[in-house]
Amino acid sequence: MFALVFVALVILGAIYAQPAPREETVVVQPALEETVVVLPSADGHTGTVVVQRGGERYVLNKPFAASRISGGRSEITQLSDAEVRRSFGAVLEALPAIPATFLLYFVTATDELTDASKEELRQILAELKQRPVPDIMVVGHTDTVGELETNDLLSAQRAERVKGFLIDIGIPAAQIQTAGRGERELLVPTADNIDEPRNRRVEINVR
Amino acid sequence: MRWTLLVCLFCFAAGAVAGDVGRIKAATGSVFLERQGERLPATVGMPVLESDSLITGADGSAGVTFSDNSLLSVGPSSVLAIERYAFDSTTHSGHFDASLKKGTLAVVSGKMVKQSPDAMRVRTPSAIMGVRGTEFVVKVIEPGS
Repeated sequence: MFALVFVALVILGAIYAQPAPREETVVVQPALEETVVVLPSADGHTGTVVVQRGGERYVLNKPFAASRISGGRSEITQLSDAEVRRSFGAVLEALPAIPATFLLYFVTATDELTDASKEELRQILAELKQRPVPDIMVVGHTDTVGELETNDLLSAQRAERVKGFLIDIGIPAAQIQTAGRGERELLVPTADNIDEPRNRRVEINVR
Repeated sequence: MRWTLLVCLFCFAAGAVAGDVGRIKAATGSVFLERQGERLPATVGMPVLESDSLITGADGSAGVTFSDNSLLSVGPSSVLAIERYAFDSTTHSGHFDASLKKGTLAVVSGKMVKQSPDAMRVRTPSAIMGVRGTEFVVKVIEPGS
């Protein structure tokens, strides 16, 4: 019976692993009006959008470059920041906050924050509090001093400690996941038994 | 015994398909999620599933954060279908196909596009957009509206 279930799961897994064929055809409805505009991101970098319409292919990669179809006529044009704000104000307003990562550091062999991180904690908590229904992943780490098993435990304790701070400001426990990675994911690669403050940390990922 | 196995497999398959892929982080005015033919009022905190459609009224707008950190929002009088979504948080591989039938859409691409530039595609009635790590907006005005 177990063997049968195993084989069935393997077959099912294989079916899932097959990428579904992607269909490429587009039927153009010329009575439509459509506009696509590429925006500079928060860090000032502008990416690329490739627009495929009918047999044509347009590459938009400059800030506020737009592809537009109206009355069956297709054009590439350049909009201004103000024009985009005017046409897309409501939808841009509704964009959720960009996911962020914060780091907190710890005193050797403890789940006590360093003085500098205690200072920063207040700002981080204030930032997290502003997010509606945050989904948070807290990951604890250690340096390479001590045994692997001890460090696994310590990293989990650090993560739990930080989870406690988050619960204290009213974030529901169900929205906070924790993990301890021990010394398995060093921020600064070192040999074994090296006291490296930057590796004694907790990472808070919020989205 | 055989039937039990089939039922088990069906449950497993359904579970694999119906995981939540994102969460509504902003909703104003009238906002709905259409799920398997049912129209549910959408509120902040609600999970979004693959195959859901996000629908807004003339006074509505909504924003969703996905598990790969992609952000999508729709403005008033919009219909957006989440056609396909999968993301592997270990390898960052995945695929994301969304389709804007009408209205306005804003997109900030996430981790899967960083990992593989072809992972995300957005359709409109007249075009397919490939997304190479970027932020962009789309507007579709239907004929006669």
